[in-house]
Amino acid sequence: MHLQLGAIDYAILIIYFLFVLGIGVVLRRSVSGTKDFFESGRSLPAWICALGFIGANLGAQEVMGMAASGAKYGIMTSHFYWVGAIPAMVFVAIFMMPFYYGSKARSVPEYLKLRFDEKTRGFNALTFAGMTIMSSGISMYALAKLLNAILGWNFHLCIVMSGVIVLAYIFMGGLTSAIYNEVLQFFLIVLGFLPLILMGLKQVGGWDGLVSKLSPVATNAGFASSAWTDSWAHTGSAQSNPMGIEWFGLAMGLGFVLSFGYWCTDFLVIQRAMAAKDMGAARRTPIIAAIPKMMFPALVILPGMIAIALHTAGEGGFKLAPKGNGLDYDMVVPAMLAHYFPTGMLGLGLTALMASFMSGMAGNVTAFNTVWTYDIYQSYIRKSASDAHYLAVGRATTVFGILASMAAAYAAAQFNNIMDILQLVFAFVNAPLFATFLLGMFWKRATGHGAFWGLVLGTVAAAIHHGLSLPKGALTGLKGGWLGTAMHTYPSEMAQNFWTAIYAWTACFVMTIVISLMTRPTKSDADLKGLVYSLTPKARDHDLPWWKRPVTLGLLVMGATLVLNFLFW
Amino acid sequence: MNLDVRMPIGLMFTIFGALLSLFGLLGDPKTWEQHPLKVNINLYWGLVLLAFGVVMLVLAMRGRGGERS
Repeated sequence: MHLQLGAIDYAILIIYFLFVLGIGVVLRRSVSGTKDFFESGRSLPAWICALGFIGANLGAQEVMGMAASGAKYGIMTSHFYWVGAIPAMVFVAIFMMPFYYGSKARSVPEYLKLRFDEKTRGFNALTFAGMTIMSSGISMYALAKLLNAILGWNFHLCIVMSGVIVLAYIFMGGLTSAIYNEVLQFFLIVLGFLPLILMGLKQVGGWDGLVSKLSPVATNAGFASSAWTDSWAHTGSAQSNPMGIEWFGLAMGLGFVLSFGYWCTDFLVIQRAMAAKDMGAARRTPIIAAIPKMMFPALVILPGMIAIALHTAGEGGFKLAPKGNGLDYDMVVPAMLAHYFPTGMLGLGLTALMASFMSGMAGNVTAFNTVWTYDIYQSYIRKSASDAHYLAVGRATTVFGILASMAAAYAAAQFNNIMDILQLVFAFVNAPLFATFLLGMFWKRATGHGAFWGLVLGTVAAAIHHGLSLPKGALTGLKGGWLGTAMHTYPSEMAQNFWTAIYAWTACFVMTIVISLMTRPTKSDADLKGLVYSLTPKARDHDLPWWKRPVTLGLLVMGATLVLNFLFW
Repeated sequence: MNLDVRMPIGLMFTIFGALLSLFGLLGDPKTWEQHPLKVNINLYWGLVLLAFGVVMLVLAMRGRGGERS
């Protein structure tokens, strides 16, 4: 597929870049110290933090990946939203934000240091820093590869260009600049992709038309005719749905372990809420963010469903390109853009796509420079220097982070395996993390040794489970079974991932409790005030109007999510 | 903070909207005659973006007025 851009498309792209950089230039003046650069001076209103929260998460992997998944698995992909995101977002807002925002911690690893000990913080800071660079590098690589494929642009030039732009606006304006750009990008992505959905739905004959056009897709693949348009109805057994997962693995693996592990402990998103101007705003941030998140399946999954429906029905001249034995699902979004957007709109669509790559990168880079400066440099390399020194280090770290991302992008291009191995390792490290935070925040007896060894053993449990199992039809190696024999075969890779997470979480949870009970607590109740639920005064929000109360808002969002699950059951 | 985020958002979408709707109005009609839905999407969506941009700008201006008083 090759797209031809007109002058107006280039104009839109250039105007967008000018605005992105302009925001950095204007905000430069408001950065006078580390608190402004890394924490936005804790001054932003909830709605800005919320759109930044969701914008940083709405990377291109999400836009392109969820569309691919929508084509491959249909509406079951919405579980990544209605099960795998909203409940965790409401939970972090109501129960965990009081500890993140209310304690003196400036980052998630620093919370672990205050609550547990230095080694637990170090473990989290290092793995997190590595992970952010990898993700940012993968975004960069994917962007360059895509632009090279559809526009014929030079791969190296794309890497350098995207790196320099993101670097420039973070270097100048710090976290505020990243968040403002994420808000801009959020609107650009929504307004850039919405017409695609509207036109696609019109062409397939609305939702009813889509349901009837997707039934041959399902029956051809050997499933019940509504398998692409029911989210829960076919999850009684893993064999009867395209995702190959049953309801329990889905609810526990994705809905509990993976989703809470990401939304409640990943500093990339928590950092946005911690930039809020007060506790109420910090707690409202994830809940306000949950409202657009709830609607996103329409924006990112529907294009994939429409694409496969049009492709299979052979209507309107839309075809997906073949790849291997199947179809090139990763190209769903560019193919839809090419089909529905003439020159003009095409520039807007491509700009939106680029915006999503850049917001994903910037989110990772701001989280990286904060964790590096506060949790690694200030803790291990130079303990007490002036604020101006740490600000300079933060800016230098931004440059380093971008360079390291570029290196990661080239590593991804060169050695496909290295990237897969690293991602696997990080998946192992991340899966148990939520158990550590849950016990840390709600059980004051949990000790530093318990937390650290619980995390390590949970990671080991994840690796062992992965090493002893295989997804159906996969070869021994990176997909699993590398510990000799595969003792269990899962119907799909996703099912294997979910169960790896469940084992890792359980191991971490149990071992943290056992080791904590065997070791002596090193922190007194006074040390733990503001860090543990039972020792912290409850956040009071009676004086707020109902629409500003986190609990009320959280219940409304959960209710709406429940309704969505039933509507598309 | 010396910048209201609604200002750049409003400005950018106003410019995008104006560009696209003018292009849809004055550009080659073949662009939309060949469209799978035969709709002049540049014009219509351009107007939507323009409206969104103007609303954002108005909100930003009103916010500024509120801060002064």
